[in-house]
Amino acid sequence: MKLEFGKIKIENIEFSENTSIKNRTLFINNEELCKCLKEDKNISEVEVKLARPGESVRIIPIIHIVEPRVKISGESNIFSGILGGVNTVGEGITNVLDGCAVMTSAKDIIHSTEGLVDMSGPGAKYSIFSKLNNVVILVNPINKLDKYQYEKSVRNAGLKTAEYLGKAATKIEPDEREVFEYDSIINAVHKYPDLPRVVYVNMLISQRQIDNTIYGVDTKEILPTIISPTEVIDGAIVGGLTTVPCHRNTTYHQLNNPIILELLRRHGSDLCFLGVILTNELLTLAGKERASLHVSQIAKMIGAQGAIITEEGAGGPDTDLMLNCKNLEKSGIKTVLIKDEICGQDGASQGFADFTKEADAIISTGNLNELLNLPPMDHVIGSLEAVEKLAGGSHGCLHEDGSITVETAIIMGCLSELGFERITTLLK
Amino acid sequence: MSEKKFKFLHYVNQFYGQIGGEDKAGQHPVIKPGPIGPGIALEKFFEGRAEIIATIICGDNYFAENQESTAKEILTLVNKYKFDGLIAGPAFSSGRYGIGCGTICAKLREKLKIPVVTAMFPENPAVELFKKDVFILKTGASVSSMRSIIPNLSKFLIRLAGGEKIGSPDDEGYIPQGYKVNVWDKERGATRAINMLLKKMKGESFITEASVPKFDSIVPAAPFSKLSEAVIALVTSGGIVPKGNPDHIRASNADKFAKYSIAGLDTFVSDEYESAHAGYDVVYANNDPNRVLPLDAVRQFEREGIIGKLFDYYYATVGNLTTVSNAMQFGYDIGNELKKSGVDGVILTST
Repeated sequence: MKLEFGKIKIENIEFSENTSIKNRTLFINNEELCKCLKEDKNISEVEVKLARPGESVRIIPIIHIVEPRVKISGESNIFSGILGGVNTVGEGITNVLDGCAVMTSAKDIIHSTEGLVDMSGPGAKYSIFSKLNNVVILVNPINKLDKYQYEKSVRNAGLKTAEYLGKAATKIEPDEREVFEYDSIINAVHKYPDLPRVVYVNMLISQRQIDNTIYGVDTKEILPTIISPTEVIDGAIVGGLTTVPCHRNTTYHQLNNPIILELLRRHGSDLCFLGVILTNELLTLAGKERASLHVSQIAKMIGAQGAIITEEGAGGPDTDLMLNCKNLEKSGIKTVLIKDEICGQDGASQGFADFTKEADAIISTGNLNELLNLPPMDHVIGSLEAVEKLAGGSHGCLHEDGSITVETAIIMGCLSELGFERITTLLK
Repeated sequence: MSEKKFKFLHYVNQFYGQIGGEDKAGQHPVIKPGPIGPGIALEKFFEGRAEIIATIICGDNYFAENQESTAKEILTLVNKYKFDGLIAGPAFSSGRYGIGCGTICAKLREKLKIPVVTAMFPENPAVELFKKDVFILKTGASVSSMRSIIPNLSKFLIRLAGGEKIGSPDDEGYIPQGYKVNVWDKERGATRAINMLLKKMKGESFITEASVPKFDSIVPAAPFSKLSEAVIALVTSGGIVPKGNPDHIRASNADKFAKYSIAGLDTFVSDEYESAHAGYDVVYANNDPNRVLPLDAVRQFEREGIIGKLFDYYYATVGNLTTVSNAMQFGYDIGNELKKSGVDGVILTST
């Protein structure tokens, strides 16, 4: 499989009469975009707001984040199985609006797991999204809409916006091209017989109605499966709405999955990348045991010698993570785990809800309870009052001047267990 | 522009303060201008960037026996000085001297918000009491390590006073304080993970970024001899609270639990109760809170005489990304309250 990313740098976003890209600025026809989103009969009102890096803007509550893209060649649309029919992704050419993201928000929170992004100030150094040009879609549902329908409509509004904006990049010459090649496992091993054989186990949280999907299939319904790394970074996974913002893998995260990108780039130099195992995180112990056994079974079958395992969420999913570690290590496959920690506001509590002695190699992406004082911003997109109800916020955390005292958990993606950011913990 | 010269105080016991030995251990605190004893050596290593303007001296017994009042006396004594930091000790393995050093460091840091540092042998009993609040540099057991610790103490306080960031205990030589802070590594987590995996696969050494947690093993209580006479309570971490969450229990990392009366209540109705939890899909719980906390079923057991009585209150918290230390505290507190109220058994429901 050969996938080419045509990266079109976006350094500014503006409203305009035509949706187009000129000189690294994305121009958006607001009216046309809103009309397109209101084709969903569950949506009564849509508002589009723009937030650029360095602006005094706080976006809250954020439900989901996507990167605008367009398939230039290949059979599929960008979110196969969700926005249209099912076709294999991970091949051909995909143009990417690099430096731009679509965020979906609503006037009222749907779940307390929605997050926050500051475009400047001390909060901005925590999240990659503070460095992007963000198109924020504020959705209002029709009266008395079922909560799950509402969630689905909100998420899809983001996906549709990404598709709509992506189309502007169809005929643009990319600023940079990067080609990823993924050969069959047997060929890869023949080609690099002396390199360590590595598999990546990508755990997808699956505990709610609107969960991670793979080609449109809800991850609650899957057995662990093997997939080409190029498929993951080309839209096979659409993120769910489960778990608190700091460690929720949005669709944006999976499209830019840093483990996959780096393993593909290092394939053939210091390692041999065998592929990605997608697995879930179910609520039942039997489900956790079944999935972890199946993960190690697949890893053994393909001849893996080492595995990177990334968790999504924390608490209950710690059991899935530790079972995956234990069963892979029992099969003779060396593991490294990536996860964040729950150490309390004082940083003194132990960080995990579960553990296994085989977990001797862990990358920590930070303590989600650490308190932050974030100063007021000149503009709020969404609703600042929501902060008191969100995970990471608390009653009284919103001060009169608009500043907030919150746990790190509230910032979208900042402790991503895909190892997206540079944050870690230091034991003092 | 010349650099600011810091003014520091130094704390020592009666021995290092050259007042006397064990016979003078009852010496009340005094303050003398300039450096004395180890302070003279400390000052050399400030390399002209700081000076010790005065030395506080107190007997080991006097301090250890009246920690609170002695600290207050010393606070009054230092009142007339303007200073930027304090070095105490080093105390090596001396327990009483360690308590003096630790107490005065902790107090001055808390009251005056100034940087402080001391140094002790890791097994000095005072280490456990003060390591969390005070930087305690590691020394050997005896005074023979004086020569090596003095320059470190001087340089450490200069760095603290200059607002420099202090790195890990291993790199900096202080005794681990037992808490974690978020910092930015040079590389993102993904790169660190792949590098660590390749090292592990080659059998090379690597350092894991998370310490091994310790979990308690709980022995289950003995079964009831007569369940039909037992008082049973309901406790949940599923966040079932009266509608509107009157006690504002947080949706994640809850820092409290609450108790609510269910006297005379047969069932939870969805108009009056809901879940405050952010960690699971609460739609079904909100439709019927009994499915998280089975009030309806337990009332039926009570009517049928299967259990003796349902306790008049239930306890609720949110068990979502809750720290182990908070969860343990809730467990002890709820358990103690229930025991005092004569409850024999508990149905705990989680989500």
